[in-house]
Amino acid sequence: MRQAFAVARKDLLIEIRARLLLVRVAPFALLVLVLFAVALDSEPLILRAAAGLVWLTMLFSVLLLVQRAYDVETEDDALEMLLTSTVEPTQLFFGKLLAAFVQLLVLSVLLVCGAVVLYGATVTAGHLVLLVTTVSCAAWGLASVGTLYGAVVANMNGRDSLLALLALPVLAPVLIGASRATEAAFGSQTIDTASGWAWVALLAVFALVFSAAGAAAFGALMEPEA
Amino acid sequence: MQAVTTNDTAIRLTDAVVALGGFPALAGVDLSVGRGELVALRGANGTGKSTLLRLCAGLVPLSRGAARVFDLDLGDDRSAVRRHVGLLGHRNGLYADLTARENLEFTARLAGARDEDVEDALQRLKIDGRVASTRVRTLSAGQRRRTALASLVVRRAQLWLLDEPHAGLDAAGRVELDAILRDATDAGATVVYTTHESDRPGGEIPRTVTLAGGAVVTDKPSRRP
Amino acid sequence: MSRSTGTTVTRVIGISAALLLAWVVVSAFFVTPADAQQGDAVRIMYAHVPAAWVAYLAFVTTAIASGFSLARRHRTLGFDRVAGASAETGVLFMGLALVTGSLWGRLTWGTFWQWDPRLTTTLFLFVTYVGYLAVRNIDSDPQRRAKRSAVLALLAVLEIPLVHFSVVLWRSLHQEASVLNPDGDVRLDGSMLFTLFSGVVAFTLVFVWLVIHRQRLSTLQDLQQGAGLDAAIAARRNEVSTRSVGGA
Repeated sequence: MRQAFAVARKDLLIEIRARLLLVRVAPFALLVLVLFAVALDSEPLILRAAAGLVWLTMLFSVLLLVQRAYDVETEDDALEMLLTSTVEPTQLFFGKLLAAFVQLLVLSVLLVCGAVVLYGATVTAGHLVLLVTTVSCAAWGLASVGTLYGAVVANMNGRDSLLALLALPVLAPVLIGASRATEAAFGSQTIDTASGWAWVALLAVFALVFSAAGAAAFGALMEPEA
Repeated sequence: MQAVTTNDTAIRLTDAVVALGGFPALAGVDLSVGRGELVALRGANGTGKSTLLRLCAGLVPLSRGAARVFDLDLGDDRSAVRRHVGLLGHRNGLYADLTARENLEFTARLAGARDEDVEDALQRLKIDGRVASTRVRTLSAGQRRRTALASLVVRRAQLWLLDEPHAGLDAAGRVELDAILRDATDAGATVVYTTHESDRPGGEIPRTVTLAGGAVVTDKPSRRP
Repeated sequence: MSRSTGTTVTRVIGISAALLLAWVVVSAFFVTPADAQQGDAVRIMYAHVPAAWVAYLAFVTTAIASGFSLARRHRTLGFDRVAGASAETGVLFMGLALVTGSLWGRLTWGTFWQWDPRLTTTLFLFVTYVGYLAVRNIDSDPQRRAKRSAVLALLAVLEIPLVHFSVVLWRSLHQEASVLNPDGDVRLDGSMLFTLFSGVVAFTLVFVWLVIHRQRLSTLQDLQQGAGLDAAIAARRNEVSTRSVGGA
């Protein structure tokens, strides 16, 4: 895993320098939360939708983050340098996945806080474990799908819209599962804690399946533009 | 062509054709390069020099003919050769938000090189000191090129493929580059580079292969002036 | 090139498909009875069920062809063409299934769309394969396109059960099921069953016919490109020999 950690470290170092997450993605995500509230225009409705809105916003933010993660590689043809090096595609995949995961964790903490402040969602101490597990599993799933499909469209024209078209349907289970589990963690009346954990199980399976698939498929996808 | 044992051959192209979007960038190249050889590729713009390098790097698909690098068949699986290749393309392949040293450290970690190798490479390319801790984004074009070359030195690949490495370097840099390439071949690596430079007086002139229209037109052996 | 993509086999398939389709149309409108609950709306079923069947058949075909294309080292392009042709046809039929399904839903449920697990999964599948086709259209190098789209097709096979399972789990939490028969199950008499079966066979024949033609068309396109390359190589070499006389 030495190479994977080197890649993750490099991606995070670039992120710390460029501060894209802080300057662009986080404000965008919080803005979306605000706009949802304005569009729904009803406090009980907003509170009921809070979990879903948080994860819908995460879904869009993943697209931005992944876009950026591959822009960094293609900007100066660093991707070709990586391809013509001793780095294993699997290690490259896990490195980029790890960096995206860390950034998504930060973002989700921010968004959950946003939901608490803006939507009046509440998290009791008893539900904290459920919430943390949900966020971790969901972020890992989002990061693996994003990294995998980002590699498909890296180097392509019009990749922004294409990434959304490819990745969003795949991410539907994460949206459904993470929203329900977070709803349970927010202490919703319609879903109990036990069902919340059932959804976490689904998220974990999803994360595992797509990490494995990404590790297997990454080599075939990382082909340079001829 | 005489039979060379595969152990001594780094690159062997036989009537190699590379079509990019239907256009034959290489239209049947025959070329054989031995291990440890230094080869300069010459030719006007658009004669297929860069494509030839990218073919050997396993980055573009072979459309017809045969191509073997280190006895790996590029027509069969072109990705296998990549781990032996150090490539310097038209662009530098650097991360703009990292410093020169951080870029080299990243290369070193991937290649399993030591931190001393990074410092040696920085000194060799004269980008140690303040330049090394400056973000690549703010470096001059020549300094960036030096950083990319230093990255190749750290990488210590078996096959060096450089696309116009002299471009953008000052006179001292060009002399230094020639010395680096010599050292690489002395250490057993094979080096192929493209150039528009005129031959420098005094130095040894490497084997020079000239391309035109996507094919080899002349192949002059290395000679001392 | 004036070569046709038709052969005796495809002509037989095409003519049988046309005749069978004509019979299905006649039977669906004039022979079969209306349903006791759904009335004439049930007749949509004769187009909807075969279309959905063919759509799923197409994606299974795409997945299998993609698997072969990835597993084999040589001659992968033939399988890739079948995978692409099948996916194109599948998207067509899946669109048809979604449209007929929502028309039927409007008549039976009173809404065009119901978040029923089967419908929702089908919609996601549709979008997934639209994306697959979009990627196929972008890549220029056939080898790379073959590899990349095969990986995508196999990922879709992973994705669909997960999507379906999560949607089923999601809907099972909502107890307020609609008062109308949510599955749309119909008790079928002999003539209805026979018409439905004929529809499935007819649509399958149309699918096979389309895939064979589409796949041969891509083969011809590739051949034409190959022939163009021969000429281009000759031209490029020619241009050198005339120029290098004075140059070298």
